[in-house]
Amino acid sequence: MATSDLALGQLEGALSVRERVVNDFSINVATVNGSGSQSANSVLLKSIFGMGVPVSGKNLFPSNIAGLPTWYTIRASKDGYVARTRGAEVLVALNPDTAQQDTLDLPSGGVAIYEEKLNLKQYRDDVVFYPVPLDAITAGLCPEPKLRKLVRNMVYVGAVAQLLRIDLGVVEHGLRKQFAKKVKVFELNFGAVKAGFDYATEKLTKQDPYFIERMNQTAGKIIIDGNAACGMGAVFAGVTVVAWYPITPSTSVVEATTDLLKKFRVTPEGKATFAVVQAEDELAAIGMVLGAGWAGARSMTATSGPGISLMAEFAGLGYFAEIPGVIFDVQRSGPSTGMPTRTSQADLLSTAFLSHGDTKHIVLLPGSVKECFELSIAAFDLAERMQTPVFVLTDLDLGMNNWMSEAFEYPKAPLDRGKVLNAEDLERLGGFARYRDVDGDAIGWRTLPGTPHPKAGYFTRGTGHTDTSAYTEKPEEYVKLMDRLSRKFNNARKLVPGPVTVKDGTSKIGFLAYGTTDFALRESLDQLEKEYGKKVDYMRIRAYPFAHEIHDFVASHERVYVVEQDRDAQLASLLKLDLPGEQAMKLRSILHFNGMPLDARTITEEFATREGL
Amino acid sequence: MATATVTPKVNHIGLPILEYRGGKSTLCAGCGHNAISERIVQAMYEMGVEPERVMKMSGIGCSSKSPAYFMSRAHAFNSVHGRMPSVSTGAILANHTMTTLGVSGDGDTASIGMGQFVHMMRRNLPMIYIIEDNGVYGLTKGQFSATADLGSKLKTGVVNDLPGIDTCALAIQLGATFVGRSFSGDKRQLLSMLKAAIAHKGTVMLDVISPCVTFNDHEGSTKSYKFMQDNDEPINEVDFVASFDEIEVDYGSGEVYEVEMHDGSNLRLRKLLEDYDPTNKANAVRTLMEAQEKDEILTGVFYIDTKKPTFIDQLNVVDEPLGQLPESVTRPPKSALDGLMASLQ
Repeated sequence: MATSDLALGQLEGALSVRERVVNDFSINVATVNGSGSQSANSVLLKSIFGMGVPVSGKNLFPSNIAGLPTWYTIRASKDGYVARTRGAEVLVALNPDTAQQDTLDLPSGGVAIYEEKLNLKQYRDDVVFYPVPLDAITAGLCPEPKLRKLVRNMVYVGAVAQLLRIDLGVVEHGLRKQFAKKVKVFELNFGAVKAGFDYATEKLTKQDPYFIERMNQTAGKIIIDGNAACGMGAVFAGVTVVAWYPITPSTSVVEATTDLLKKFRVTPEGKATFAVVQAEDELAAIGMVLGAGWAGARSMTATSGPGISLMAEFAGLGYFAEIPGVIFDVQRSGPSTGMPTRTSQADLLSTAFLSHGDTKHIVLLPGSVKECFELSIAAFDLAERMQTPVFVLTDLDLGMNNWMSEAFEYPKAPLDRGKVLNAEDLERLGGFARYRDVDGDAIGWRTLPGTPHPKAGYFTRGTGHTDTSAYTEKPEEYVKLMDRLSRKFNNARKLVPGPVTVKDGTSKIGFLAYGTTDFALRESLDQLEKEYGKKVDYMRIRAYPFAHEIHDFVASHERVYVVEQDRDAQLASLLKLDLPGEQAMKLRSILHFNGMPLDARTITEEFATREGL
Repeated sequence: MATATVTPKVNHIGLPILEYRGGKSTLCAGCGHNAISERIVQAMYEMGVEPERVMKMSGIGCSSKSPAYFMSRAHAFNSVHGRMPSVSTGAILANHTMTTLGVSGDGDTASIGMGQFVHMMRRNLPMIYIIEDNGVYGLTKGQFSATADLGSKLKTGVVNDLPGIDTCALAIQLGATFVGRSFSGDKRQLLSMLKAAIAHKGTVMLDVISPCVTFNDHEGSTKSYKFMQDNDEPINEVDFVASFDEIEVDYGSGEVYEVEMHDGSNLRLRKLLEDYDPTNKANAVRTLMEAQEKDEILTGVFYIDTKKPTFIDQLNVVDEPLGQLPESVTRPPKSALDGLMASLQ
């Protein structure tokens, strides 16, 4: 008989009165880390994607190797929303330690798919329960105890697929792709999926309203995480020297970069056209980046907050001695070690002004995986054009989670290697002054070590220097240098990626935001319009120093809400430093900083309260 | 002697010694560092190294200022305190075809820079790392550094009660492939060691005792001119015969340890300490530790290994400088991106 475990008779026949919820709900897979569930969750995500339904996935994991609670949420959204939602409607409960609370957290009318032994129906009477004997099914499928954990994960994928009406063929296709060359592994995994699917078909009766139905919203689209996209950008920017120190959540930036370099940058003779060095710490990592940038290589490192703090001294050297380099900061919650596996946008101010003295840095702020790719390429061009370290600031949410995206486009412009003199130039010019502003753009010409000309050499230093790079402590020379660096930085406003006007001209009120805040803010704009009839303009910032359009946006609105994921309103503060006083007074802040990715409802509610809606 | 006895007007690549000189030194008159700069000029000149094929690297301190006082035609990078190794590593990765010479001090290396120093020694990058070692911080007016010997005295009478770090023993243990100690006042030994260093492929670590005439040249100092003159115990007599030299010298068999260098030149180490084998790592470290116990300052070439692969060899990079590869090599083609996009759909 069908054992679909209705908690109460009241849900019997509920489908006739309740509306079906199609392609607009979230699934929360509650498990423990180290259980190998990540690939199963990825199969589930890709299966929904394969059904043509817009989807996003978030891994909420502890800073731990094995045994602690982990949740993976998958949001299917026919409207294309990808932000976190506050609660998931469908729970896949696999962790005995959290199963009770996970069940209690379900919304009324929600669904719990769970290991039969957990006996969850005792906790709620307004939820649809689907017990699945995962352990028993797995034991029958897999005689090898070592593999059971992994096979068990695929059993729940099959059961969930059937309950949500995901085509088995789509799951099979995804699995085949994942295990392209490993036929046996595919067979084992698909066998498990099929066993779960068949169990659900035979033993469970669909009682809940949640369905995945075919759409055509994902054709030509890709799924990738932000860190892999940054790594891909770096490789297509021609990165050559990579120096790094492992740190969550940035490690996979370098791992992705290294994989692609091994794939595309080895000569037929087997020689590498790149060097990747795992440094002894972040100080050494950025030191190597600057050494390599000075000697002409496109160089990068990737880190997170604690690494950024360590890099401060070198960042100042890079700024003052004018040396290119690209530093990825995948932000996590601070201060100090903070919450290493939780997201944040709280490194903005410390990165923009990283180091002592009057130091300022170009900071690029990707707002999607596609921009992770594009802005990474822009970062390398800008670093060499502007002869300075360039920071690319993403966060754990963007970096470590899977996002659907348009396919990335091959860069149209050639690499911009900046102002470099070769031996012929030096012969023609009769020499050069490293830091002289000969073109009026505040950028001097540089030479690279090894340039075969007696006049090529110069003395790079972090001490006060003249335009020929000689040591000086003369007040007027120092002021001249600092003023030129300031002009150079100011000029970057026109060269950095400009802001994106998401919505403008309909409201006296505007939103400003950057990075992953965008996902929630776009959804909130729709909520405000639908629920309150309120239209609000929105501009997304993509770089510091701020482009003039950002000033214009503030000037053309009465009030501007700056939405960001940190406690101290860092983006608003940076804007206030940049805007004229009367404009700065227009800024208000909506802040979110609990380590979880921002959700739309939080913005909508806060805005409605503040605006008296 | 094995080195050229007559200094020609030009070296074998046709450059006069003037082309190897640097700016006027701003260090104190009599500073050991100035003598070391002189020897570097002479060694580079005699070895016929093209000045623009040299990268001069340094950290912070009196020693680290000295690259301004030799070889103005070379590229130089005076970085931040204790961080010369990482900057050098990056520069060498970008262009491993250069001759790279780093100048550091005892504070820059053995205190603030210890982390980077030990990792540089591990990697055996092709470069020469010179410690201009005077046992004190000069620019901040004479505090002890971590290489100051136990019991040595400051001018103020303060006695050092911590053991000095032996950077040579460390470097040998960690993987540097040419390690020696010299004295800024021993022109002949230092010049030969520098020339051999230029010929070596791998990390050369030379600790050069270089007295600070202002803060550490008094009675009670173990890094003074007088102390070195009295206590310098050469472990071997160092002679270097460049590949382009045609001088042949005969030594009695068994007296000389002869090392053929990577570029075809010869390093000849006449044994002063009985049966000292400079290719025996454990023995080299033991000898240094025993000398420290006896308050002896050993000098000479302690350890050499001409076979060990460098970090560049291990990375298996192309022969061209990585930093100068064209876009056609460094940016993968459109087909590469198309393939990646297809795999992510």
